[in-house]
Amino acid sequence: MWFTLDNLATAHDTHEGAAHSSTGLSNVKLGMWLFLGTECLLFGGLISTYMLYRGRVGTGPRPSQVFDIPFTSVSSFVLLMSSLTMVLAVSAAHKRDDRSTNLWLVITALLGTTFVGGQVYEFTAFYNEGMGFSTSLFSSSFFVLTGFHGVHVTVGIIMLLALRGMLKNNKVPGSRSETVEMIGLYWHFVDIVWIIIFTLIYLIPA
Amino acid sequence: MNTTSATDSHATEHGLSTIGYVRIALILAAITGLEVSTYYVDFGRLFLPALLIMMVIKFVMVVSYFMHLKFDNKVFSWLFYTGLFLAVGVYCAALATFKFFG
Repeated sequence: MWFTLDNLATAHDTHEGAAHSSTGLSNVKLGMWLFLGTECLLFGGLISTYMLYRGRVGTGPRPSQVFDIPFTSVSSFVLLMSSLTMVLAVSAAHKRDDRSTNLWLVITALLGTTFVGGQVYEFTAFYNEGMGFSTSLFSSSFFVLTGFHGVHVTVGIIMLLALRGMLKNNKVPGSRSETVEMIGLYWHFVDIVWIIIFTLIYLIPA
Repeated sequence: MNTTSATDSHATEHGLSTIGYVRIALILAAITGLEVSTYYVDFGRLFLPALLIMMVIKFVMVVSYFMHLKFDNKVFSWLFYTGLFLAVGVYCAALATFKFFG
């Protein structure tokens, strides 16, 4: 008989603590994807606003005068690689390898911090070059869009570090692997938003 | 069940193996390199379509493989892509509004 008590126990362990809906899907996962769908709308609105106002520079500097493409490319690469480390953390969590999960979570948080640090440096450089928040419609929409993204990355870093602490102290409610997976989904979402921002805002000139 | 087959079945259930994820990351890094090259090399009329196609490929790869949508229940794909297409709709509506009434 293929369905032994061992298999039953493994199946139960895999989904420990995960609340499932009548569809058989995890409620937590369903809620997370719904949340990410609404986040698409938020960033869709912000990107639309930027695309409308990107040419309205007034007396301030133009995008091509302030953007440092090599620097932003490195930042983008760092964030992209953080998605790899995050997915490795999720993979390790599914394999119940706590040591690797903790390690990849910390590396992901460090890469995220590097990205946010780069963004702070970039904002400071723009300000010093005469592009403040209220200089023009272009600068306002740029800072709101990239600032919102930066806040999302920062929240992601806080969640990663909090999760790492909770895992270490055995205080994760419900399924550990599902919790890591949900934070991973949020982190990857932040990455795909940057994929769009990097192309539309930085690489395609106004 | 030995360790190797357990790991393999696990990889199938939850996505790719570690090597598979690294391969995806390398492809993403290569596409990013190509994207950045458009800043230095003149692609002529191909510039805009090439950039947009590369952006979409990167987006779909991260969503499909890193976010596991390819391996997960289709309901999750519906939830996410509904939001995404609504967002694109908002963008088109906003652009049209400003073009005709702005």
